[in-house]
Amino acid sequence: MMTEGIPLEYFLIVSTLMFFIGIFGFLTRKNLITMLMSIELILNSVNINFVAFNSYLFPHQMQGQFFSLIIIAVAAAEAAVAIAIIINIYRNFRSIETDKVDEMKY
Amino acid sequence: MNNQVMFFLLSAIILIFSVLTVTTRRVLRAAVYLLFVLVATAGIYFQLQYNFLAAVQLTVYAGGIVVLIIFSILLTSHISERAPRASAAKAALSALAAVAGAILVLLTVLQFNFTPAGIAKIEPTVTNVGRALVSYKEYGYALPFEAISILLLAAMIGAIVVAKKESNQEKQK
Repeated sequence: MMTEGIPLEYFLIVSTLMFFIGIFGFLTRKNLITMLMSIELILNSVNINFVAFNSYLFPHQMQGQFFSLIIIAVAAAEAAVAIAIIINIYRNFRSIETDKVDEMKY
Repeated sequence: MNNQVMFFLLSAIILIFSVLTVTTRRVLRAAVYLLFVLVATAGIYFQLQYNFLAAVQLTVYAGGIVVLIIFSILLTSHISERAPRASAAKAALSALAAVAGAILVLLTVLQFNFTPAGIAKIEPTVTNVGRALVSYKEYGYALPFEAISILLLAAMIGAIVVAKKESNQEKQK
């Protein structure tokens, strides 16, 4: 086993810290693209959790792995749509800072 | 022993570059740091022997999403532009919220006693993954597979509709 000597808790600690670093970034950033990057960090930390639980607690099934695969697909779809929206906002406002984009109708 | 060294190396890369991703003031650098985080995560999947998942992580996340993000950065901001610093009060409050949340979650998680299952593992080889993905029997995942295909189609159409330019006729209305 390649995970010999590494208890499950280590993975959980790493993913928890990564999750809250993402939360911190989401709260402090003002640029829409950097906020999107914080969301990617959060999604990624959740994936680590799913995979670690699958590998340690339910090795006879593959649910964790499929959850992760589907989260990756959803993240890709979400990034594509979000970036389309961001570029559209940039066309209309010439800026993607959240405090400058304060009108819904342009 | 080697496993542990490798794991600590990967987690150190993940944590250091996560912090840099959310704190650096240059947007393009943040994207590159995010790339390092995603590659190190793929390394953790390799360590858990989820080879297919690690390959998907490398191609879709590190290859696809990061390139998409870098393109949109180049389209929307000047390359030497620095993001303004967050105000001290906002940064302090956000850090407080993040640290408090992390402590709460870690205390809860570490108190729980996880007992690893001593059951034989299904080897997550590409063959097994592919069989399970299109199987509709027990432990088959045909339904999520179909759902994700519809989602991807909808996202593709949505991205095209949102990003396309309005024609002149529509603007005159």
